[in-house]
Amino acid sequence: MNINLTLIGQTLTFFVFIWFCAKFIWPVLISMMEEREKKIADGLEAAERADKDLELAQHKAVQQMSEAKKDAAEIIEAANKRASQIVEEAKDQARVEGDRIKAAAEADVEQEVSRAKEELRGKVAALALAGAEKVLGASIDAQANSELVNQLAADL
Amino acid sequence: MASEELTTTGYIQHHLQNMAYGKLPAGYAREDGTVLEQATWTMAHTSQEASDMGFMAFHVDTLGWSIILGLTFSFLFYRVAQKATSGVPSGMQSFIEMVIEFIDNTVKDIFHYRSKLVAPMACTIFVWVFFMNLMDLIPIDWLPLAAQTITGDPHLFFKVVPTTDVNATMGMAIAVFLLMIFFSIQQKGFIGFIKELIFHPFAPPTKGVLIILAPVMIAINFILEFVALIAKPISLGLRLFGNLYAGEMIFILIALLYSGGLLWGIFGGVLQWAWAVFHILVIALQAFVFMVLTTVYMAMAFEVDESH
Repeated sequence: MNINLTLIGQTLTFFVFIWFCAKFIWPVLISMMEEREKKIADGLEAAERADKDLELAQHKAVQQMSEAKKDAAEIIEAANKRASQIVEEAKDQARVEGDRIKAAAEADVEQEVSRAKEELRGKVAALALAGAEKVLGASIDAQANSELVNQLAADL
Repeated sequence: MASEELTTTGYIQHHLQNMAYGKLPAGYAREDGTVLEQATWTMAHTSQEASDMGFMAFHVDTLGWSIILGLTFSFLFYRVAQKATSGVPSGMQSFIEMVIEFIDNTVKDIFHYRSKLVAPMACTIFVWVFFMNLMDLIPIDWLPLAAQTITGDPHLFFKVVPTTDVNATMGMAIAVFLLMIFFSIQQKGFIGFIKELIFHPFAPPTKGVLIILAPVMIAINFILEFVALIAKPISLGLRLFGNLYAGEMIFILIALLYSGGLLWGIFGGVLQWAWAVFHILVIALQAFVFMVLTTVYMAMAFEVDESH
């Protein structure tokens, strides 16, 4: 455990290593680390901004969606309205058509009835004549009695 | 461990002796009987020779290992610094960065002035001292035995832990001390530095009759401040030396158990493991303490404010 020149040697060695570290190691590493720190800070800021943008976009999307929903509801409502309108119109038309058909049918029936009546009337006259002939036992001059028969037929 | 006539005391002493290369005076009788005709630079063969060399000697192992470890530190960090990117760091780079950041934060907490030297110095001290202390964890006989085998000299002195050599720790402490004085004078001027030494802690009277007392006060102040100033590097160097020397000593004593048979050997193995684990804490802590104290002393040197 002698104190000797090692002391001075160690001091000089120490200075050399400090100099080397201060010149070639420390500044390089520290500046690099600061650069990275800045990069990270920038990156974080960008991420935050992107987050905000995303939130904004989402907000917008939600808004648009609700608008679209509202529009859709309006369109459906209009469509419904239109549909019921069409139905109403169709109903009206059907009613008119029905009325028309009914009227035509009624007219037909009436016509048929009057025609049947006419027919009947003719048949009744013939029938009455035949009946009378049987009753009287003689033929009746249709010509002579036609006025009577016609009156009878008209009364029926 | 190398020869048969080994005694316990011899083993311990052998482990505590550095490999010394120094100047033996003319007419010196060496242990092998030869007498030197003139002053010679040579390797010391015994502890006696080493101590007879006096101040004119180098501890080859201390200097060698500290330079090797210093180069390891420089090379390791330099390589990382050259390859460093500010992108995603790889394994080695992130480890180095962790160390750098830790030291940078510690220094920033203590040292509030602008200096391009203090932080790198703290880094050098921490890593270098840590490396030197780390050598203590290598089982104490491995490297000396290897060196003895390689050189073929069974009596070769070979201490592998530079910080167990008081020259190494005091050498660094002296470097710190010189920087302290340099920065003190740089910041306050030579007058300011002297003033700090003689006008504290008792301000000498400048007026009235009491001015006669001023030289006495100045003398007292100087004695107090000078001792305080000198105590800094001494305590700095001796603290590191003491801790590591004691640790090394315990390792040597534990290693002695290996010669006591199988049971003692196993017991020694367990003890060595336990002490090594505990020592991991000590070596890191001592490196850190050395770094922090150096930074504190630098901060004191930079402190211009005379409020105390």
